Amino acid sequence: MTATMEPRPVPDATSPDGRLILELDSVHTYYGHIHALQGISLKVHEGEIVTLIGANGAGKTTTLKTINGLLHPRQGKVVFEGRDISHTPAHRLVHEGIGQAPEGRRIFSRLTVMENLQMGGFTRSAAEVAEDAERVFELFPRLRERARQAGGTLSGGEQQMLAIGRALMCRPRVLLLDEPSLGLSPLLVQQIFAIIKQINGQGMTILLVEQNALQALTIANRGYVLQTGRVALEGEASMLQQNEMVRKAYLGEI
Amino acid sequence: MTGLSARRLPLLDRLRAASSSHRSISSIVTMALITALLPIIATIPPFSGFNPQSVWVNSFADAGVYVLLALGLNIVVGLAGLLDLGYAAFFAIGAYTYAYGASPFSGNDFPFWGMLLVGAFVAAMFGLLLGAPTLRLRGDYLAIVTLGFGEIVPTVFLNADRYTKGTNGISGVYLPSLPGYQFTFTDPWPFYITMAVIVTVAIIAIFRLQESRLGRAWMAIREDELAATSNGVNAVSTKLLAFALGASTAGLGGVFVASKLAFVSPDQFGFTVSFTVLAMVVLGGMGNIWGVAAGAFIVWEILTVILKQLNAVLAGTPLSGIDFLQYQYLLYGLALVAMMLLRPEGLFPSARRRRELHAAEEAEEPAAPTGALEGAGQ
Repeated sequence: MTATMEPRPVPDATSPDGRLILELDSVHTYYGHIHALQGISLKVHEGEIVTLIGANGAGKTTTLKTINGLLHPRQGKVVFEGRDISHTPAHRLVHEGIGQAPEGRRIFSRLTVMENLQMGGFTRSAAEVAEDAERVFELFPRLRERARQAGGTLSGGEQQMLAIGRALMCRPRVLLLDEPSLGLSPLLVQQIFAIIKQINGQGMTILLVEQNALQALTIANRGYVLQTGRVALEGEASMLQQNEMVRKAYLGEI
Repeated sequence: MTGLSARRLPLLDRLRAASSSHRSISSIVTMALITALLPIIATIPPFSGFNPQSVWVNSFADAGVYVLLALGLNIVVGLAGLLDLGYAAFFAIGAYTYAYGASPFSGNDFPFWGMLLVGAFVAAMFGLLLGAPTLRLRGDYLAIVTLGFGEIVPTVFLNADRYTKGTNGISGVYLPSLPGYQFTFTDPWPFYITMAVIVTVAIIAIFRLQESRLGRAWMAIREDELAATSNGVNAVSTKLLAFALGASTAGLGGVFVASKLAFVSPDQFGFTVSFTVLAMVVLGGMGNIWGVAAGAFIVWEILTVILKQLNAVLAGTPLSGIDFLQYQYLLYGLALVAMMLLRPEGLFPSARRRRELHAAEEAEEPAAPTGALEGAGQ
């Protein structure tokens, strides 16, 4: 696979000490009166895969929504490439370089695969869109076969590929993935994770929210374990994999 | 049958390809042909049995008003997917704008042609006004708020009688004129030609909109607002523009109606109008520009001409005992019910809508390569 989603040179993908690209500084987010995020701080460096793991309701998706502008923090701030984006509306952040495959994939089921990708490139010109669609097709040959098929007729795995492909169409500098393994068979989960790793290998910075902690820690450089709106644990993915508490709580060991 | 259609397909496809790459020209040609043919068709039996040609032409001009309304409502409902049950409000606003601009009541006498733009603009502003508080609402809730707006506007015109002459309405509104030519009540042809030009311009403009970035944003919002937002679509401005641009054609229709009838009153713009226009959009084929235009035209002619004259036409036949005029709305209602059961996608559906309503059947065959987006991206 020679396709790269990023035309400019990128630092060594495995290096965790690339440039700081995204930072949450003690972020507090509320749903009405519910105090969902209680001071989350995290850092994502260029070229990394960072994963957020944790149980249901720990605040993983809320953290992503606070980053992508669907929610705004009441305290603390979100900084992307040196700029405070805490209160930037969601659609602006796509222009700024934050791409995402939302929870539940949310592909446009009545639009064709190609139209879905074109919609992903909404912020770009037609020429760029054609070029990038070609790159997505190289990454996901399956989508090329189904380019003219309605998105809703794809299988779950294909829909996830489409959701990721669509997110790449805006040429993001950081890609947010929310539970890409949700509802997929174990074999497909492995495939999707292999693709995430591959995209990262091409220089894409990825923030990955997962319930499937084992798989997520296998491909991530670093991880944060969330518990009831707080960061309970953070560190190198390999370190987290060895951690007693993580093994018990999330990796299914007794 | 299949052999025939198979042989015809390549030609049709070629025509379709040519017409989409020169959309504006093909729209002008199509509208010119329709405008030329309709008065001729009106003189051919069985149509000649209903009315003399000039009465038909007059009804065509009136139908054009509803074509404009349907085209505008199609932007809101068909393209952006926002259900608006109070669309007649913008029609009323356009009509009263002209009545203020050119009548003895107001003392103004601005030219009709300029007032067309003013009416469209004022209606668009009220579209924004209605759009703003409804941005957070979807589906049923949005429908109820728009329904309320549709009731409020005629009621205000009714009760603010110092400014609107209330239930009496504003009469003596000036008819359009051109340098050296004055439109009259007795000659429907100038109105007919004027309406044909307005509809042509509206169709070209709406096709352009549909194929623009804004058109794609409307489609994304209609399909999934959250996904649209996470692809960079500004949901707020996209929805507001749908309301504003949708309202603008109703403004055009309002100005035209006020000048043609030389009269405006609140009861011209009740819920029946909103409902009829919505039925036209659905029957014509939501989302398909030519479809909703044809739907509006056909429904209007059936409602106001054919059903009204059916008694006279059928005199002397065994059916002459039935008073069709009395059953006008019963027949209309039955037609709506039958239509929704037999062909819910409308007479001339957009490809996407057909896909939605016949998803089960189409799942077995590969989806047809359709959609403006594909063309735009290649």
